[in-house]
Amino acid sequence: MSTENGLLLEVTDLRKEFPVRSGFFIERVSHTVNAVDGVGFSIAPGRTLGLVGESGSGKSTTGYCVLQLLKPTSGSVLFEGEELTKLGRDDVRRLRRDMQIVFQDPYSSLNPRMTVGDIVGEPLTVHNVGSRRDRQARVRELLDVVGFNPSFSNRYPHEFSGGQRQRIGVARALALNPKLIVCDEPVSALDVSIQAQILNLLKDLQRDFGLAYLFISHDLSVVRAMSDDIAVMKDGKIVEAGTADEVYEHPKDSYTQALLASVPVPDPRRMRERRTERRKLAHALTEG
Amino acid sequence: MPLLAVEDLRTQFRTREGAVRAVDGVSFTVDKGETLGIVGESGCGKSVTALSIMGLLPKPPAEIVSGSIEFDGRDLTKLSEGQLEDVRGREIAMIFQDPMTSLNPTLKIGTQITEVLDRHFDLSKDEQRRRAIELLEEVRIPRAPERLADYPHRFSGGMRQRVMIAIALACNPKLLIADEPTTALDVTVQAQVLDLLEDLRESHEMALILITHDMGVVAEVADKVAVMYAGQIVEHASGQELFDHPEHPYTEALLGSLPELEGENVREGRLVAIPGRPPDLIDPPAACRFAARCPYAGAQDTCQSVEPQLREIRAEHWVRSEHPASERARAPEAVRS
Repeated sequence: MSTENGLLLEVTDLRKEFPVRSGFFIERVSHTVNAVDGVGFSIAPGRTLGLVGESGSGKSTTGYCVLQLLKPTSGSVLFEGEELTKLGRDDVRRLRRDMQIVFQDPYSSLNPRMTVGDIVGEPLTVHNVGSRRDRQARVRELLDVVGFNPSFSNRYPHEFSGGQRQRIGVARALALNPKLIVCDEPVSALDVSIQAQILNLLKDLQRDFGLAYLFISHDLSVVRAMSDDIAVMKDGKIVEAGTADEVYEHPKDSYTQALLASVPVPDPRRMRERRTERRKLAHALTEG
Repeated sequence: MPLLAVEDLRTQFRTREGAVRAVDGVSFTVDKGETLGIVGESGCGKSVTALSIMGLLPKPPAEIVSGSIEFDGRDLTKLSEGQLEDVRGREIAMIFQDPMTSLNPTLKIGTQITEVLDRHFDLSKDEQRRRAIELLEEVRIPRAPERLADYPHRFSGGMRQRVMIAIALACNPKLLIADEPTTALDVTVQAQVLDLLEDLRESHEMALILITHDMGVVAEVADKVAVMYAGQIVEHASGQELFDHPEHPYTEALLGSLPELEGENVREGRLVAIPGRPPDLIDPPAACRFAARCPYAGAQDTCQSVEPQLREIRAEHWVRSEHPASERARAPEAVRS
């Protein structure tokens, strides 16, 4: 199935409100927080959109709303031309084959009581794919693809390091041959040398399987390395969007400029120049 | 004479599997008013080094098995707990990564600042309060007098780290140890806190040890940088020198594995990942601890069997490797063995 405009995912005017309850004995909704406030973007097959912002900017909530893990308050999410927000539970479940997620924390996102093989094979079991034997073969294949030794598939997650666990999480996301993977801070919990291994893996998988990514991260350098297009979020809104080069080399929005000037770069000489830039911007931001 | 001289420090943790050699022969000095950055990945021993200096490690299981920590003319490893308490907070202060958990949630901010003053100085309640307001103003917390009566949950992450810094500064310490002080903060807040630390270090003529995993943060503040790997310092040089001419294959790999924000190489293919993991510190190899992951270590090289020592490859630039970058350039046949 492909849409007329060739887009895999099209999000328009997405909103998500969370009720805030207060009161001691009788709780009532006193007001609502607009975590996502009119967000729109699109992703073509095989491409990566980087969603970058600071904590509380609504980037993860946006990702969850795209996957219908959270029900958006309003707005439209078109996946291959099909409106997801109107679908019932069974249809959403069918679509989950095509849309998967990799979480930030490889420690809490894997069930400690399940073996690696069962974790990676669970999506296949849930969706009744193939025979038991087929599924076992598929699990070995998937672990091999993500660079995890398949002979360890009978072991438990706690026996592995953070980087290895994230490979398990990626293998699980790949199990049903999805077209889109939402990567929610996939390397934030990892050391930099391990982080590079996982980022390289994600790039290889994209090339080999034609995956599209919605890549969510607070780390501007990581987002730049991964993304074709970038959207910068603040307070539930996209303040700037464009190709990675446009946004990073010619940022138009003052918040994007301040954000970029705040990132430490490993060069003391550049750092001193950047500090001067940053102080000017910080001044401009508080004034304006 | 340096303010702090750590000499051949070895700190171990006793476990059922054996002694974990978390810090294994670390030496460095910090001069008055100087900033030393200690950089490395999780488990390299950077925090244990800091906690050893502060005498804050639980004993047992931790034990400083050898080495000395000379601070301002005294060996801290030889002091009694009571004598250490007079040094801690008064002369050496420390701030931690997580400002959410290092403040007491049940005490007002004011109380948490004045209790340090109370421990080390003989001040009246009024004087304590005045000093506390001064400190909050110094770390640029708006409406300082009102905020003394607030509890920690009323402050944002960045503001809490400022409160921690205010507490650390309360007694005008000669040395501040900051362990990943900005890791839990957003980038814009991180930049503000680093700027603040830099300003305060200058105005208080205070020495700073900044511990971080982030090469960018080190580049921003450090005069000198020590790179740690598997319990040892593997490279040590001035900030500019280290980033301009990294020598150790590990330092090079760490810098190469960082995605770049600006410059020519952005989005140019793959990042340089370091294969494998650091060695187990219960029974570390007798060889170079990085040899198993080193792209330059040949099977016949002596670094596979003998641990290299830190040596001065250029003036004030120390490296612990048989294959530093500048020697590889002179002997290109050694590469890709």
